[in-house]
Amino acid sequence: MSTATTSTRSAPVRRRRKDDTKLALLFIAPASVGLLVFLVWPLLTGIYYSFTEYTTLTPPQWVGLANYQELLSDPIFWTSLRVTILYVAINIGVQTVVALVIAVLMQRLTQSTMLRSLVLAPYLVSNVVAAIVFLWILDTQLGVFNIFLQWIGFDPVSFWADESWVIPTIALVNVWRHMGYTALLLFAGLQSIPGHLYEAARTEGAGEITQFRHITLPLLRPILALVLIMTIIGSFQVFDTVSVTTQGGPADASRVLQMYIYQNAFAEYEFGYASALSVALLLILMIVTFTQYWLSRAGHSDLD
Amino acid sequence: MTTTAHPDTEITQRPAASTPRRRFSWGKIAAWGVMVIFLLITLFPFYWMLRTALSSNNALATDPSSLLPVGLNTGGFERVFGMQDVETAISQGGSGASINFWRYLLNSVIVATFITVVQTFSCAMAAYAFSRLRWRGREIVFLIFLGSLMIPQIFTLLPNFILIKNLGLVDTLLGVMLPTLFISSFAIFFLRQFFNNISREVEEAALIDGASKVRVFFTLVLPLSTAPLATLALLTYMTAWNEYFWALMVSYTDQSRVLTVALGVFRAQAPGTGPDWSGLMAATLIAAAPMLILFALFAKKIVNSIGFSGIK
Repeated sequence: MSTATTSTRSAPVRRRRKDDTKLALLFIAPASVGLLVFLVWPLLTGIYYSFTEYTTLTPPQWVGLANYQELLSDPIFWTSLRVTILYVAINIGVQTVVALVIAVLMQRLTQSTMLRSLVLAPYLVSNVVAAIVFLWILDTQLGVFNIFLQWIGFDPVSFWADESWVIPTIALVNVWRHMGYTALLLFAGLQSIPGHLYEAARTEGAGEITQFRHITLPLLRPILALVLIMTIIGSFQVFDTVSVTTQGGPADASRVLQMYIYQNAFAEYEFGYASALSVALLLILMIVTFTQYWLSRAGHSDLD
Repeated sequence: MTTTAHPDTEITQRPAASTPRRRFSWGKIAAWGVMVIFLLITLFPFYWMLRTALSSNNALATDPSSLLPVGLNTGGFERVFGMQDVETAISQGGSGASINFWRYLLNSVIVATFITVVQTFSCAMAAYAFSRLRWRGREIVFLIFLGSLMIPQIFTLLPNFILIKNLGLVDTLLGVMLPTLFISSFAIFFLRQFFNNISREVEEAALIDGASKVRVFFTLVLPLSTAPLATLALLTYMTAWNEYFWALMVSYTDQSRVLTVALGVFRAQAPGTGPDWSGLMAATLIAAAPMLILFALFAKKIVNSIGFSGIK
């Protein structure tokens, strides 16, 4: 056995080391039960359900690819996919730019922990709280933002009831909740860029913008890629805000994929079809992940 | 506070590219201006919650733009806590329906506390096995745990709901807790990093003195890791407190309804005239308060741990 060879080879200290398999199994037991029962098993059964006709009353019945065929010709699925992608695009686009600006400003202006804490405050409240607060602030009649819009000479906007406004609105509410957190992740990345690079650039007369383009952005790229992939995967799973505010309306304008899955499962009791929709979402997330991974491999940090 | 070396304190306290700080520049003023605008956007909704919660609904309708509370009163809070009789509540714009707020608050506290304690401990044990114990298959099993980070929540929700339903645990607090009670792959990953950095010499000295590995875990590894454990516990508490989707699926009545779900219900109880904004804002404020208080107490720790959790 390998343990025997190690003990003859080395000092007395080494001899005490033995195989800890029994203890290790005991130590990973609770977490393993959680993993197997509530993550791995659901993953497998979820895939199985997607091939079945399953309403809560009768046991699942194998129907092969029927759910997937239905899905491909289901206009609501395609609408919800389009709505979800629109949401992700606005959410990620705005959030990344705003977070990057905040992170760079924090790095260049102050090291204050106080400031960083304040920026993080929205991240501490739940999506539900954020949704309700903005439901009020953006209310058509009494919302303070609409009163502000009128004060500077615009017409009030029905942010939650206008088909073209509802997704941007939901996306921006979630930007508000997450921008500080993303900014802090990027800030941590900025802190690891050596200061002497900036000093060298300055002695050669480079301005702030040149420094940002030629030092900050390239060196931040790996972390930026990581943060992007995390936030994209997170934002594909938007549900809470929609559930509290519009429930998918007006018409289907804010019916994101998760909302559609939820409605299929709990309003129509179509667990099989809802599972097929979940598999579709999982596939989309996998494609996003692998594309991102592949793209970020193509651009390693210039520091290495 | 403990003085345990925290990987980030070094990074965050390292001075950034040293700028000539005293120099007056328009660029800097503009930069501060932008920063202040972002801060206003960040903090305004919190102020607006408080301002509205302290206003009366009737006054809100006539003077919606005042920066100070209008018709200053605590009616919103009273309605939330069920301290108002039905007639007063309706006359002040509430729905008059009873809301069992204390119950939801208690449910949220129970759920978040149990998940935090059990999950942190269970993940610390697993992290110790992955970091300090020697056994066959360790790397492969760890990779499986790590891989489970990729499974999106939506995918486990439906099968888990069916499982919890078959176990007869729908609409119970245990049903709300179970799926995340024992495991967070992130927590295992997070703690393993810290356990890896604990000095081998100290551990071996203890082992030579005859201590068992179990003892080493309880008397050496855990006490040396109080800082990361506290950080993780805070993040876990926050996640559990704010969870909505799963709780919405499994809880139907007061016996298992948590605050986030109750808020949604409260919002849907709008009386004919329009939502009870003052009451709603009081409710959201109360729902957010525990997190904001915890944060105020541990802000530095949380802020410093964010860079760590995300990047390394």
